Amino acid sequence: MKKTITSKIYLDYAATTPVDPRVLKAMLPYFSEKFGNTMSLHSFGQEAKEALEESRGVIAGLMGAKPKEIIFTSSATESNNTALKGIAFANRKKGNHIIISPIEHDCVVESAKWLESQGFEVTRLKVGKFGLVDPADVKKAIKKDTILVSIMHANNEIGTIEPIEEIGKICRERNVYFHTDAAQSFGKIPIDVNKMNIDLMTVSSHKTYGPKGAGALFVRGGTKIEPIIHGGGHESGLRSSTVNVPAIVGFAEAARICQREMRREAEKLTKLRDKLIKGVLKKIGGSHLNGHPKKRLPNNANFWFKGVEGESIVMHLDLLGIAVSSGSACSSKSLAPSHVLLAIGLRPEQAYGSLRLSLGRWTKEKDINYVLDVLPKVVKRLREISPFKK
Amino acid sequence: MPLYSKEIFKHFKNPKNVGKIKKPSGVGEAGNLICGDVMKLYLKIEKNKKGERIIKDIKFETLGCVVAIANTSLLTTMVKGKKLEDVLKIKKDDLIKRLGQPLPPIKIHCSILAADALKEAIYDYYLKNEIEISKDLEKEHQRITKTKEELEKRYKGFQTFEKEVLKK
Repeated sequence: MKKTITSKIYLDYAATTPVDPRVLKAMLPYFSEKFGNTMSLHSFGQEAKEALEESRGVIAGLMGAKPKEIIFTSSATESNNTALKGIAFANRKKGNHIIISPIEHDCVVESAKWLESQGFEVTRLKVGKFGLVDPADVKKAIKKDTILVSIMHANNEIGTIEPIEEIGKICRERNVYFHTDAAQSFGKIPIDVNKMNIDLMTVSSHKTYGPKGAGALFVRGGTKIEPIIHGGGHESGLRSSTVNVPAIVGFAEAARICQREMRREAEKLTKLRDKLIKGVLKKIGGSHLNGHPKKRLPNNANFWFKGVEGESIVMHLDLLGIAVSSGSACSSKSLAPSHVLLAIGLRPEQAYGSLRLSLGRWTKEKDINYVLDVLPKVVKRLREISPFKK
Repeated sequence: MPLYSKEIFKHFKNPKNVGKIKKPSGVGEAGNLICGDVMKLYLKIEKNKKGERIIKDIKFETLGCVVAIANTSLLTTMVKGKKLEDVLKIKKDDLIKRLGQPLPPIKIHCSILAADALKEAIYDYYLKNEIEISKDLEKEHQRITKTKEELEKRYKGFQTFEKEVLKK
């Protein structure tokens, strides 16, 4: 296959996004001019503090929260760790039972596993073949000693959007804290923490065209939670550490842009996504869509291809100038098949043959056309060398 | 440093000796328990003028990742025309060295697939032709067979799991 393009096509926005040039511009003054420590009393400190509080207001605004309910962190991983461990340890007198879904991000999965080793009990719900949690299952799983339910808003691999409003309602009725990991959905689809009955919510900067190194945790006022990082008492005592002002200013600018452009962007991406999904399913025999056909993030497409291995597709596409992600495994990090794909009922060999393409702000129709041109050729070629071909 | 060497990419992009051999002298199959890759290798074995058995032709098919494809392609080019005794002496380190820069540690198991399938194909040939099998090769055969069986068992386990999920 000959390479016919000059610039590379990035279709891995779910892994991370480039920083929007407007975001970068907003951040720049906060490195060397307005560099103060938010805890300092002098004008440098106050300038930084002002920027921090303004940013807090912007992030709060995009989810319908109050500014003081936003705790800035370094990442979604840290936010999720704080939510699970912080709630668990602050409420252990009430109970020790936590409920999660089987398709949570590793940082929730591992935090829950660690809490188990500390004497907490964890229930992992089932999901259906599209990756949806059934709210009735949540209702059934809640016990007297349940202190937290943590179900993600939208899945990072298969893009399925969970019915969190209903789940939140159940938790509210049963007086159980409800946390949702919205790292993938924040800035992409509307979120209202009040309407959706959310008590804690994780969001991330670098999935929304902000810089890496900033995240936030929404903590509803009155929530009993312990910090996991102790020190100088920053962020209402919930997250000590000198505040990363440039990254947070960037995060806020990214959120501002999302607020203005989210609707239009979601419409555009949904159209491109559906073109991609339809095209792939039509052009490639033995291809299947992972995740829900309708209730999915506007920018996520995830497929499994019969008789091929994901990493081989990823590398062939990379050589052709397209950056995507293998749905699972044999990547450089881990060899086990993705727990998300197994949870929706894929067999390991199907999980290994999975591919995630995630679109974003700079995805163009011609990019999708190019993918639809070369992906079938790559799959065909890999199938030709497979022992399972007919 | 890029994840994979130029040598790996060269073989991955244009793998040599892909396909099947009609009426092969021996066929070997190996599966990798860790990541689920599958490898099938075909041999055509003939005697040279000195009466020694050599690999006249070799072909492979794989459902595998980058390293599995590249490594098998490399191995086939290394063993074509070689005596069987010499082929059995090839170590996985020889292969890894030939692939250039060190593999990411997590990918080393993928590179063993090719060597396993090759051993199995030679074993198959020996068995069919009633040639004496060395203790070492017999031991290797036992290990490879066990891996394959465990792989199948594991897949079966997941299939039951799948049924349960879909029933729900």
